[in-house]
Amino acid sequence: MSKPVVSAPTVVSKKAASQKIVSVAQEIHADIIKKHLKPSMEFPIRSLQNVKYDVKRGHFEILGRTATRTLSYNTVKTFAQSMRLLATTKNDLLDKDDIAGKREVYYNSKSWGECRFDEQPESDTLLDDIEAMLAINREQLGYIPEERGGDVTGPLVVIDQDPATGKPIRIDCTKLGSGAWSIPSRVEHLRFEAGKAKFILAIETASLFQRLVHHRYYERAKCVLISMSGVPTRACRRFIRRLADDQRLPVLAFTDGDPYGYCNIYRTLKVGSGQAAHINRFFCVPQAHYLGVTPQDIHDYELEDATHPLEEADIKRANDALKNDPFIKHHKEWQDALNHMIKLGVRVEQQAFAKHGLNFVLDTYLPDKLKKARFLP
Amino acid sequence: MAKRTGNGPATAESMATKQRDISVSEFFLKNRHLLGFDSPRRALLTAVKEAVDNSLDACEEAGVLPEIAVELEQIADSRFRVTVTDNGPGIVKNQIPKIFAKLLYGSKFHRLRMSRGQQGIGISAAGMYGQLTTGASTRILSRIKGAKKAHAMAVQIDTKQNKPAILSDTEQDWRPTFQAVNAAGEPDGPPVVSKHGTSVSIDMEAAYQRAKQSVDEFLKQCAIVNPHLTLHYRLALQTKAEPAAAKPEITAITYHRAVKEMPKIPDEILPHPHGVELGLLMQMLKDSESRTVRSALAHDFSRVSDQTAQDVCTRAGIDPKTNPTRIAHHESEALYKAIQDTKLMRPPTDCLSPIGEEQILAGLQKEIAADFFTAVTREPAVYRGNPFQVEIGIAFARPQENEGVGAEEPVRVLRFANRVPLLYQAGACAMTRAVIGVNWKSYGLSQPKDALPIGPVVVLVHLASVWVPFTSESKDAIASYAEIIDELTLALQECGRRLSVFLHKRERQLEAARKRSYMELYIPHLALGLKNILGLTDKEEHKVVGNLKKMLEKTHLDL
Repeated sequence: MSKPVVSAPTVVSKKAASQKIVSVAQEIHADIIKKHLKPSMEFPIRSLQNVKYDVKRGHFEILGRTATRTLSYNTVKTFAQSMRLLATTKNDLLDKDDIAGKREVYYNSKSWGECRFDEQPESDTLLDDIEAMLAINREQLGYIPEERGGDVTGPLVVIDQDPATGKPIRIDCTKLGSGAWSIPSRVEHLRFEAGKAKFILAIETASLFQRLVHHRYYERAKCVLISMSGVPTRACRRFIRRLADDQRLPVLAFTDGDPYGYCNIYRTLKVGSGQAAHINRFFCVPQAHYLGVTPQDIHDYELEDATHPLEEADIKRANDALKNDPFIKHHKEWQDALNHMIKLGVRVEQQAFAKHGLNFVLDTYLPDKLKKARFLP
Repeated sequence: MAKRTGNGPATAESMATKQRDISVSEFFLKNRHLLGFDSPRRALLTAVKEAVDNSLDACEEAGVLPEIAVELEQIADSRFRVTVTDNGPGIVKNQIPKIFAKLLYGSKFHRLRMSRGQQGIGISAAGMYGQLTTGASTRILSRIKGAKKAHAMAVQIDTKQNKPAILSDTEQDWRPTFQAVNAAGEPDGPPVVSKHGTSVSIDMEAAYQRAKQSVDEFLKQCAIVNPHLTLHYRLALQTKAEPAAAKPEITAITYHRAVKEMPKIPDEILPHPHGVELGLLMQMLKDSESRTVRSALAHDFSRVSDQTAQDVCTRAGIDPKTNPTRIAHHESEALYKAIQDTKLMRPPTDCLSPIGEEQILAGLQKEIAADFFTAVTREPAVYRGNPFQVEIGIAFARPQENEGVGAEEPVRVLRFANRVPLLYQAGACAMTRAVIGVNWKSYGLSQPKDALPIGPVVVLVHLASVWVPFTSESKDAIASYAEIIDELTLALQECGRRLSVFLHKRERQLEAARKRSYMELYIPHLALGLKNILGLTDKEEHKVVGNLKKMLEKTHLDL
């Protein structure tokens, strides 16, 4: 396994972020006052249609296509909300060094009169727009995600800081009993000691993670176990990335064997998403490889009678990926895997190995796969 | 034949003892519904209607701009005195009893000419109804132009013989006097005194009610459809309080004329052969003054030339030189058939006097508060040999300012035949059917299936004809002749198209206004955001708002 070196994301200072908001506002103000033009804002388009798979950098890179939001009947409300949200971001978060959750942003707008957000998805979308427009990820603007970042166990010491004093706090991830350490929403300041670890194993489901923790699999395999609970959050991706870069560890992903596990969970972990195309360079783990469960594993481990038929949505997802996903389109192996799965017409879950005994997965499957070391890219 | 016992079947002789003339009054009482006197409420309306029709016809025929006063006075719980006064030419003394106290007497039945009344039954029927329900006589005052005095007469009908009985006959120094009132019902200027005119007063059993089919509504519609008419209406109702001391409750209103042009006096025409029934044909031949059938056909009918008359006779196998009074029954039948089979020119249509588009607009505009008016007068057409002409007026009314119209209500259809409002039997009328038959959805109004469209719209429908085909003698509804429905439909569609242009424009304006106010709601927030980010002053903030608003105005929001 190669250990590519990826440069750390540019850290934008609060002052610089604040200045960026001011310059956006100045342009709009100039349009209105000096040029007598309908003001407009420009956003990069955030979708798979506007990304390419940058093989050298190892992630989805955004292309140049932008959408322009010009002030009109249809955009006036969003336009006004953008201005107010930018003002709040600058004055209340950046300039005051404060933080806010997405839901708090939504409630904060309730004091804006008719300009308020009616539903949280409105404010979430606008926040994504602003993040893309400023080209600064929202964590750096002071917005904290609400979802959990993921759980970590294994031969790893995380060095955090006391938020009040700034004193270092050492967290030994082997000494957490039957629990695990939760990845915080901001991970840029963490430092690591992981001399004994050989690789990182990122797991989709919490229940399989629990089984591996319970049997202290991380000791046996000398790996850091991370539970992603579905599509990994930004913090989770960023954490894996920093840890892998810092300790030069390879990363392996272990998900359910279905199009969602391949195209959403693993693809997002490795190269980022279309939605967050503008910030993928920070939130991706290019050094990740796919361990399983692959369609071939169904044959190799005699799981045929432990599968479920693919649903229409699964087939659609697989076909969409084959047609539109630049990452899948780049890798012949993944196309073969997806086509194989469509041909079989079934999906398989991580827990399916329990067919051969509850601990078959850690006694046989994982060692076997690690030994063969034939991973999907 | 054996002698019959008392209970046996009747004989011709015994039946003959029971056979006798039916008096007009008996006929009237048994058929009052045919003439519009079926209820006390309706009787009041019919009496007013007949009197006003007569006054208008008389004024127009004499070339006098009509001014009419209608007064309803409640004289007992279920008794009213109806007085209608006009500034018409007046009536010569010896005609007064016949006009007001003899049924089926008049100038209108014997001719084919567009006029309001048709049969000469109306006003005398009202008088007889009053006489039968109250015993009172019809009182007439009439002054002819240039006369020294007015005639004052009280007349009744001798119901056995259908002959007038004169109860009193004097001369008085009376002149028709009209007092206009303002919106508050108070006198507005000095009274107008006319040199000539007629006033008729009838006491009758009646009931007054304010509603769609009331006297009030009838008079308002009269004012709409006769924009050359000035109409004074005064209603005095008894109050329920102490009968002795109570003052009557008075409502007074004046409808002023909007135009000074008189309607064109319609020409009289001869009957068109295709509109004549066999019986009438026989009667006309019998009454003819011509000496030959050919000449009778050519002179007593319209659109029949000597040559055509000759052809008709040949086709019927009748010697054209036969004396028309000696035509046998089977011959007249052959003649009738020959006439039907002969192609004839359509009857002359210049005999009609439509209201006219401008006058319809004037009438609607003065009585209905609306944002849009349009009117269509169709070219004359013919049904069964009778020329007729259709007119439609449409007003898109402001619901708050008009009674009886609403955005969610069916449209109001005002029906008129020869300028007379029709208030009853709307459902049976060809006019209503034609309005329902048009697809109003394509003109921007919603319309339930087989029903009137919905909207704050007044639809005026007028049919002018030398012979209006009413469905009954009470003259409530127009019969559904295909030709009439077709003409009505075409006129309604033309008005509908114009309405739709207006509605679309209005819709666009409303939409633009809605968008503008929506945008103006958010512009201040945009400015406030900029202000907070850039630290603008209040003045600079206002400038942003001002500039954006100006920009919106300039681009008409087509952003």
